[in-house]
Amino acid sequence: MAIELYRIDDRLIHGQVVVGWGQPLGLAFIVLVDDEVAGSDWEQELYRMGVPPEMHVYFESVDTAAVRLGTYQEDQRPGLLLTADINTMIRLVDATGSIPAVNVGGIHHRAGRSQRLRYVFLTPQEADDLRQLAKRGVLVTAQDVPAARPLSLDELLAGEGNR
Amino acid sequence: MNSARAIVAGHADFAAGLLSAVLQITGRDDIFLPMTNRGLGAQDVERLMADLVERSGAEVIFTDLPAGSCTMAARRLQRQQPDLTVVTGTNLAALLDFLFAESTVAGEAARLATEKGRASLLVSTRPTSSTSGGGPSGGD
Repeated sequence: MAIELYRIDDRLIHGQVVVGWGQPLGLAFIVLVDDEVAGSDWEQELYRMGVPPEMHVYFESVDTAAVRLGTYQEDQRPGLLLTADINTMIRLVDATGSIPAVNVGGIHHRAGRSQRLRYVFLTPQEADDLRQLAKRGVLVTAQDVPAARPLSLDELLAGEGNR
Repeated sequence: MNSARAIVAGHADFAAGLLSAVLQITGRDDIFLPMTNRGLGAQDVERLMADLVERSGAEVIFTDLPAGSCTMAARRLQRQQPDLTVVTGTNLAALLDFLFAESTVAGEAARLATEKGRASLLVSTRPTSSTSGGGPSGGD
């Protein structure tokens, strides 16, 4: 499988993704799945400027990603798929049924969210969405950087990474 | 908040560390404001940076990595405020050069500082045997 990591990260392309994961995984491409970014040339250019020239970024909406995911998964190069939120990942899981594991890498504070980990804040609905994702057979873990221990969904929801 | 000519923004203590070094070397860091993205989502980074620019009057934003969320935020801000200058890959030499270019227009000072910062990146390697004859081992 060419996609090494399916990640939820509200910063999308940023240092942890490009360098923190990109270097150890030897990432050759990123699939950025976001309906808004997929419809904006300016946003796409902004994110392209953030990656080294040898790393390709493919911009997809949920609909187009669902069609092309199999192609990305068969790609021989190592890749990473990114969504900015849980809902987008759930839509992609439901549309494809071929995402085995999801990494929660960064969901930051906003009104209505409470802290679960240093880098994960969730509304009650988002916490339930993650449980639903697990019930679909997807392995849900939280891990911001490769050097950190991946935390199980139970640990994430209990906030045990904060201890 | 005092006025500042530039914001230095990046991961963790990147800005605080660099400005600490600027202060130790020059005795001043008053033209810079530090900013960290620690614990902030993308929108929070953008809001904080916009607030710092508005309140300080800064004309230049120095950031660390091209892919960093501070760089992304700075470029978004630059879209709304085209007069802003964004410098990525900031190092100590660049900030020192910028500090001492107060009489130069900020955007031009940033461009010159970038050249200085780039030029300060050097690699020193062990001399090869063909050129080390006069060195310590060659003199034995």
